Amino acid sequence: MRIKCPLCGERDLREFTYRGAALPRPAPDAPDEAWDAYLHLRDNPAGPTRDLWHHRAGCSAWLVVRRDTATHEIFGVELATRSRAVRA
Amino acid sequence: MRVDGRGLVDRTRPVRFSFDGRFYEGYQGDTLASALLANGVRLFGRSFKYHRPRGVFTAGSEEPNALVTVGRGAEQTPNIRATVQEIFAGLEARSQNRWPSLKYDLLAANDVLSPFLSAGFYYKTFMWPRSFWEKLYEPLIRRAAGLGALSGAPDRGVYDTAWANCDVLVVGAGPAGLSAALTAARSGLDVLLVDENPAPGGRLTGEDELIDGAPATDWVADVAAQLAGLKNVRVMCRTTVTGVFDHGTFSALQRSATHVPDPGDAPLEVFWRIVAKACVLCTGALERPIAFPGNDRPGVMLAGAVRRYLHQYGVAAGTRVAVFTNSDDGRKTADDLRAAGVDVVALVETRAGVKPGPDHPTFVGSTVTATRGRLGLREIRVEGAGGSQWIKADCLAVSGGWNPTLHLASHTGARPVWNAAIASFVPSPGALLGFEVAGAAAGVFSTKGAIKSGRYRAKLILEGLGAKVPRQGSVEADDTPPSAVAFWQVPAKGRAWIDLQNDVTVKDVELAARENYASAEHMKRYTTLGMAPDQGKSSNVLAMAVLAAQTGRSIAQTGTTTFRPPYSPVAIGAMGANGKGRRFAAERLTPSHQAALDRGAPMVEVGLWLRPSYFPRTGETTWRQSCDREVAMVRKAVGVSDVSTLGKIEVHGKNAAQFLDFVYTNKMSSLKVGRARYGLMLREDGFVMDDGTCARIGRDRYVLTTTTAAAGAVMAHLEFVQQVLRPDWDLRLLSATDHWAQLAVTGPAALETVNHLLDQPISREELPFMGHRQAQIGGVDGRIFRISFSGELGFELAVPARFGDSLFRLAVAHAETLGGGAYGMEALNVLRLEKGFLTHAEINGRVTADDLGLGRMLSPDKDFVGKRMATRPGLVAARREQLVGLRPVGAVKALSAGARLFEPGAGICHENMQGAVTSAAFSPTLGHFIGLALLEGGRNRMGETIRVLERLRGLDTLCEVVSPVFFDPDGGRMRG
Ligand SMILES: [Zn+2]
Repeated sequence: MRIKCPLCGERDLREFTYRGAALPRPAPDAPDEAWDAYLHLRDNPAGPTRDLWHHRAGCSAWLVVRRDTATHEIFGVELATRSRAVRA
Repeated sequence: MRVDGRGLVDRTRPVRFSFDGRFYEGYQGDTLASALLANGVRLFGRSFKYHRPRGVFTAGSEEPNALVTVGRGAEQTPNIRATVQEIFAGLEARSQNRWPSLKYDLLAANDVLSPFLSAGFYYKTFMWPRSFWEKLYEPLIRRAAGLGALSGAPDRGVYDTAWANCDVLVVGAGPAGLSAALTAARSGLDVLLVDENPAPGGRLTGEDELIDGAPATDWVADVAAQLAGLKNVRVMCRTTVTGVFDHGTFSALQRSATHVPDPGDAPLEVFWRIVAKACVLCTGALERPIAFPGNDRPGVMLAGAVRRYLHQYGVAAGTRVAVFTNSDDGRKTADDLRAAGVDVVALVETRAGVKPGPDHPTFVGSTVTATRGRLGLREIRVEGAGGSQWIKADCLAVSGGWNPTLHLASHTGARPVWNAAIASFVPSPGALLGFEVAGAAAGVFSTKGAIKSGRYRAKLILEGLGAKVPRQGSVEADDTPPSAVAFWQVPAKGRAWIDLQNDVTVKDVELAARENYASAEHMKRYTTLGMAPDQGKSSNVLAMAVLAAQTGRSIAQTGTTTFRPPYSPVAIGAMGANGKGRRFAAERLTPSHQAALDRGAPMVEVGLWLRPSYFPRTGETTWRQSCDREVAMVRKAVGVSDVSTLGKIEVHGKNAAQFLDFVYTNKMSSLKVGRARYGLMLREDGFVMDDGTCARIGRDRYVLTTTTAAAGAVMAHLEFVQQVLRPDWDLRLLSATDHWAQLAVTGPAALETVNHLLDQPISREELPFMGHRQAQIGGVDGRIFRISFSGELGFELAVPARFGDSLFRLAVAHAETLGGGAYGMEALNVLRLEKGFLTHAEINGRVTADDLGLGRMLSPDKDFVGKRMATRPGLVAARREQLVGLRPVGAVKALSAGARLFEPGAGICHENMQGAVTSAAFSPTLGHFIGLALLEGGRNRMGETIRVLERLRGLDTLCEVVSPVFFDPDGGRMRG
């Protein structure tokens, strides 16, 4: 697997660390259900996903990667600092 | 038998080698198989299950039978295909899976027992009595069944791994691959052509064909020369692409020195990872056998292999050769042999409609229904409309058509599709992004078709990459359309093999279907067909045809089994090259590493770090003596320890204080410049992640320390919080762990030692507990912190890492003049245990701040990571395990971490378990063992007696539950 880091270019999988779904952190006073969903409840789609990867052995950027779990196609990679996926 | 005037081997260079202890002679360019066939050897090994005599079946990497062990002792490699191994002077090979010898194999009794060893036999025959399986049946089966054995000694061979990048990868250097590579190369792109054979050519080196009116091998040489002249092309031979992975990543095994007598320091094999923008798969096709009774005898071979032995190696595979076929390849084989002066005794055609030619005794509409010959083929029975007869033959060339080599095209999950015209599966067109499949691999079998296909597929790739497509002239070569008429099995009594390597017969597949293992994947698992090194190279489509016939489905409906990497076996030694022994993981050394070694300290692994365990002195014979002495030294005088392994992270920026308030449970924004504070970080799920100190070194500048173990994880976490949760905050994170050497100097005489090292001495008042400042240390800009992990008066001196060694030596030397010295990890652990300080033995990922007695560190005034979840009911329940100290009641041999806690008198079962010891050690200060433990409701159980049980070490003792701080509970020694 190859991921195209916006800062470093295309790199091998082993430079990256996977974290999980790219989701916005709930507000401190959000209901329990929102926090439960943020921390524990995960879809497991055979299809498009959007998840967080850390370019740990590279530039240390956190990335939001849109990809397909069935075809392994990667649709897009963006810096988490600029991603709307992780903003409330 | 060698045939004069044929073959590409170098007859001027004889090569001597041995097989099963006997010496033979071949020529440079021979494989072990061709050289032995030339010497009249037909028996190469015994089969996997039935120990049937087996010979060479193919002339390539698909060989299922002729597996041998090459080399001797530690260097021996089992299961090498004799058809791939090139001979060299002194090569030593041995047959496998036989005892006591290849000709007289006692385990051949398995063949007589074959009715009991049919598909799934291990699920049925050996089930009773149950206890016999492990002790008797399994060891027996394992001994009798199998392939070659490893030497049992460490492999001393050198292996390597490497990366290659290219624009276009072409796999296979036959007519299609050479054409594709040349087309791509002329566009100027970076081209990598990889082939598993010693030289390019593919099928062309194994046939007698013309291209543009000249021998095809001339065309091969010409294209190879053109490629060699181009700077943008690399050609890798003896290299097998073994796997295809996502996004243009490939694995390949290069046999770089397994064909030479003495590789010296060169690697035997190199495991490559190749990254390509696009790929043309020109992997060719594998000939398929026909299933008929007795089709496994030495001498029964694939027809294409018989032709290759003749044309490439100049070897006749027999003296009286019969041919059995369903296509025109049979006639071609017979013609080629006859032209070379080899006796063709029968051409058996399954097709009824073909006209017998005048040159060979031909039997149309006929089949081979039986064979004879104990250790090699002696005669065959031919049956047809005209009756049946036995014909003497020592070689039978079989051709059942050709199967495109689909493995690589299927590795990433694409399912092949059925092509009725060639009665085989082909790769699904367009199923692989950035891939094209050309030539025989795509079902285009003729030479001219393959060349055109290679050029055309390369052109598509070039267009996709936006490269210019070169013009190429026309080419004249064989363009015969496929002629095979599907024919799978001869309906006659007797065992007919499908998978020779796994000893799977037609009956086994039929039995699997009858017992309802009717899907391709179930049948594979039930019969073991297509497993192991072979991966169904010769057998796959034939097996599907037999299964389809048995289940009444079409072959297309039956489908194929899944092809998985590797295409051919890869030694673990090659994959793991450069990862052996000390190179298994990175080694991190502290700045004082050499100084510690100089003092005789044994090293202990702490994560990737090597740290001194203790510093032995004359007369000390056990680690405990050294450790106890070092603890007493710190309590009474002064100790020096290298603590550079602690994670050090600098946080700079306008929002640094705000950021730290968000990642720590307690407030860091209120910290004054020049002060430090103990801090706790939670994970977002509310559990403790790490602890450490946070020092404010400027208005917008902090230095954090983390535990050694969590340094990397904390850095990644802080980067996550900054980039994902708080991207608008203005701050920068800097990992400075490796930049600073940090020494702990601690004990009642610590100040004196520190002042000896500082350019400007300080007093306790100038640097109060948890204070820090810039300092000149031996003329070097450094930092001094007043912090303590021992409970004594303590300082940590930080200097740039390159000065760590000399600072350590100076500090220890001075400490020794005061009755102190260096102390290691053992003493460090005892000192912190006596004080109840925490490590990751306690912060085990399942504890909350309150469990550790640190509940008050959760600030109510601010949001922080983990705050919301830290208050959920499960994390504040009264029955949670809480940190306590344990003190043995009466004498005890030892306390050990991992021991479980029970109420005295309670039954020993999981339900009654109340916690566990997290850390334990002998405290020389107190004169008895002490332990830290997590105990249910522990804080309210002070003074209770608890049973401590550890069956592995035979520990069963009673302890009193006490405060986790054993020594100097009010901290006067370190604060004062
Ligand atoms: Zn990067």
